[in-house]
Amino acid sequence: MILELFFAYFAFAIIVLSIVVITRRNPVHSVLWMLLLFFHIASVYLFLNAEFMAAVQLIVYAGGIMVLFLFVVLLVHIKEEIKISKFIGAWSAGFTFAAALFVVVALSLRSFVVAPPGKYTIELIQQETHTKALGKLLYTEFLFPFEIAALILTVAIVGALVLAKRRLKS
Amino acid sequence: MVPLSWYMLLSLAVFTIGVFGFLTRRNIILMFMSIELMLNAVNINLIAISHYMQDLRGQILALFIIAVAAAEAAIGLAIVIALFRNKATAHVDEVQELKG
Repeated sequence: MILELFFAYFAFAIIVLSIVVITRRNPVHSVLWMLLLFFHIASVYLFLNAEFMAAVQLIVYAGGIMVLFLFVVLLVHIKEEIKISKFIGAWSAGFTFAAALFVVVALSLRSFVVAPPGKYTIELIQQETHTKALGKLLYTEFLFPFEIAALILTVAIVGALVLAKRRLKS
Repeated sequence: MVPLSWYMLLSLAVFTIGVFGFLTRRNIILMFMSIELMLNAVNINLIAISHYMQDLRGQILALFIIAVAAAEAAIGLAIVIALFRNKATAHVDEVQELKG
């Protein structure tokens, strides 16, 4: 019962906060609400016994990506932006599309069947600690994708520098 | 024990809100934030299913999604800065050079 109550609170807060994030007029407010949203999502990860993912969510998303967003929002000045209307004229088309997507996927959820359980039971993870179990899997079975992720991050950093660099006048 | 379908419905709701925000907001920064919202919805779904299937592969996939989201945010915000330098706007309606 208490678990359901906690889940209900976090689900409600996450949905309300997402709606708040996309409807604020001032992007700075959106970024700050999104920070709160990420804390709630990290709590949901803690519910699911994924404490390493909760830590990564807080460090990478709340600590890294949102600070980057905040920097860019403050670099791009928004004096005129906040005077005009937030949504495009045809916002009802977007709403219809999103609502149709929700209904279709929600109806298809009923026929979802969970696959037979794997070997990582809660007891095994408790015995081995979550971070260690995840790290063992990441550095053995998923070593090649891990290297590709490193390459993607390198390319992203170089690309961001090239794009944002001021061109020298020659 | 909270049933798995609740988590999937929560993830679906957040994803739909992200889709709505991406389609209808005018500010390009808010559009990027909607993309982050959608990626987070997918992460909730993956971690919930990974917990209920007792398999850690879903969480590994979520870890890669976080890495790709960081790369995407860096590139996207660099594009926003380049756009703002050329057009002095963060407004997608005014960027229409490619329109024939």
